[in-house]
Amino acid sequence: MELYLVILIGLFYAAGIYLMFRRSMLRMLLGLILLGNGANMLIFLMGDIVKGKPPIISEDVSIFTDLYADPVPQSLILTAIVISFGLQSFAIILLKKVYNLTGTDDLDTLNTHDEEI
Amino acid sequence: MNNIYIILPVIIHMATAILCLASWSSVRLQKVISIVGNLAALIVSLFLFKAVYEGPILTMQSGNWEAPFGITFVADTLSVMLVTFSNLVALAISIYAIEATSTHRKKYGFYAIVHFLIMGLNGAFLTGDIFNLYVWFEIVIISSFVLMTLGGKKPQMEGAIKYVAMNMLASIFFLTAIGILYGIAGSLNMADLAGKIAAIENRGLVNVTALIFFVGFGIKSAVFPMYFWLPSSYHTPPSVIAAIFGGLLTKIGIYAIIRMFSLLFVMDTFLLDLFVILAILTMITGAIGAWSKTSIRRMFSYLIVCHIGYLIAGLGLFTQLALTGVVFYLMHDIIIKTNIFLMSGVIYKIRKTTDLRRLGSLYKDYPLFSIAAFLILFSLAGIPPLSGFWPKIQLFGEAMSSQQYILLITLIIASFVTLFLMAKIWIQAFWKPFTLKDEKHKDFFQPLTLGRKAALIGPVVGLLLVTLWMGVGANMFYEISSKIAYELMHPDMYINAVLK
Repeated sequence: MELYLVILIGLFYAAGIYLMFRRSMLRMLLGLILLGNGANMLIFLMGDIVKGKPPIISEDVSIFTDLYADPVPQSLILTAIVISFGLQSFAIILLKKVYNLTGTDDLDTLNTHDEEI
Repeated sequence: MNNIYIILPVIIHMATAILCLASWSSVRLQKVISIVGNLAALIVSLFLFKAVYEGPILTMQSGNWEAPFGITFVADTLSVMLVTFSNLVALAISIYAIEATSTHRKKYGFYAIVHFLIMGLNGAFLTGDIFNLYVWFEIVIISSFVLMTLGGKKPQMEGAIKYVAMNMLASIFFLTAIGILYGIAGSLNMADLAGKIAAIENRGLVNVTALIFFVGFGIKSAVFPMYFWLPSSYHTPPSVIAAIFGGLLTKIGIYAIIRMFSLLFVMDTFLLDLFVILAILTMITGAIGAWSKTSIRRMFSYLIVCHIGYLIAGLGLFTQLALTGVVFYLMHDIIIKTNIFLMSGVIYKIRKTTDLRRLGSLYKDYPLFSIAAFLILFSLAGIPPLSGFWPKIQLFGEAMSSQQYILLITLIIASFVTLFLMAKIWIQAFWKPFTLKDEKHKDFFQPLTLGRKAALIGPVVGLLLVTLWMGVGANMFYEISSKIAYELMHPDMYINAVLK
């Protein structure tokens, strides 16, 4: 299971970085989204995947002796997903506005030189 | 000890932002709320600074969860110093914005967003939890995205694309590094992590994680190979927003680098050499970039990059005296970088351009403002009695005694380039008589009412006075920096304060 996840995370990062190297704005954004998902899965993997062992201590012992499913990475991912959702929706709207203003999807053309303060 | 007051600057800014949102329809009311809120936050942070400077490091365990489990807020001297300075800058900005920001921008929540941004900054400076630091970073960048795009002009949107993409990428790097760090150390509390990372045997993995952190923060603070987004986006928004960005946003990356590499990671020779090399390249490329520009604001954007090099250089030396220089330079830089953007905004208000080729004879028309501008420009360059000089001489001395001669030469060259550029701005914008005939009588500043003029000039003069105080009363600021550097060199003080 871990090995599959490692390969999947690697694919997400590789695809994300490849897409970011493209000149198209839309592909750049897709790349960022893939990278963000890769990072989330990385956190999930780093917290040790344990099945069916909730982190609840039974009453007769005081500390964990067994392996347990760590709840912290899951809460981190939840936070990170919400944050990246906000950022991505902002970025999508921004892309649409820029496309409407410039009429192009090419990042290399975004260099207007007039002064605006 | 659980001191709940250290979170107060964050709470005040949040309350101010919410009140600004509540009075959405009345821009006039928002102005008042914003200034009052900033004033309150500044006063609270000054008290906090006094308490921490004279006493022990204060901590707050949120929800009363014991240190390694809950989110800890830590107010050490570095944190409260940065909180105080960011609130000071915020106050200047909210006064300046009365006149400098157009009404349609203010109508769409300018003040509320500024307060959310300052709230995020204060939170990032005060938190002692690495994931919480990530969350505050996100609050800061999403507020800065809105400020960057507010107004929706074409060059602004084009700059915003680069800014948004690079900052999102930096956040992803930061998140990746947190994930790996949690995997190898199993904690998120920075004080707890410090001990756990030191115990890890696989140093290679730790160093790789440190570098991923450095890439994330390096993008945000515009260090050499990762700064290209900054000069192509910082000149696009209005000067008041550029002032917030230039003064504070790159500094939050630097703060995170200082915190991470003094507390969590051990500075081995590889990291020290890397920092020195990157500092040299940052200074050189920033200086060359600034040299090639004719618009004042584009020049300043490159100078931000150039001067980030000074801070990284001090970290690369990593002695107590060098860190004293870094902290002093950080204080000086926050104020002066904000002020040069505010000043260039005033110049724009007067002439409707910041292109040096089309400016001129400002000294003849506005002698008093010109003297203020002169002091600001040459404080940045670091002429001896002014504030830029003291931290620079400290860094020169440390580079000399650490036998980093190439770094020393680069520091000196970068200083001279800054001085040359300041002299160029002074000669071309202030001394040179007008050459373009049709613009001879253009003046957009004179028709403004006295109150509006005061709102523009007041913050510039106020921040200038702080700068002058730093130059003349350098001894006091040197002592503050020296105490902060001592705390940074002895991270066990921080760790003991959190985990006692």
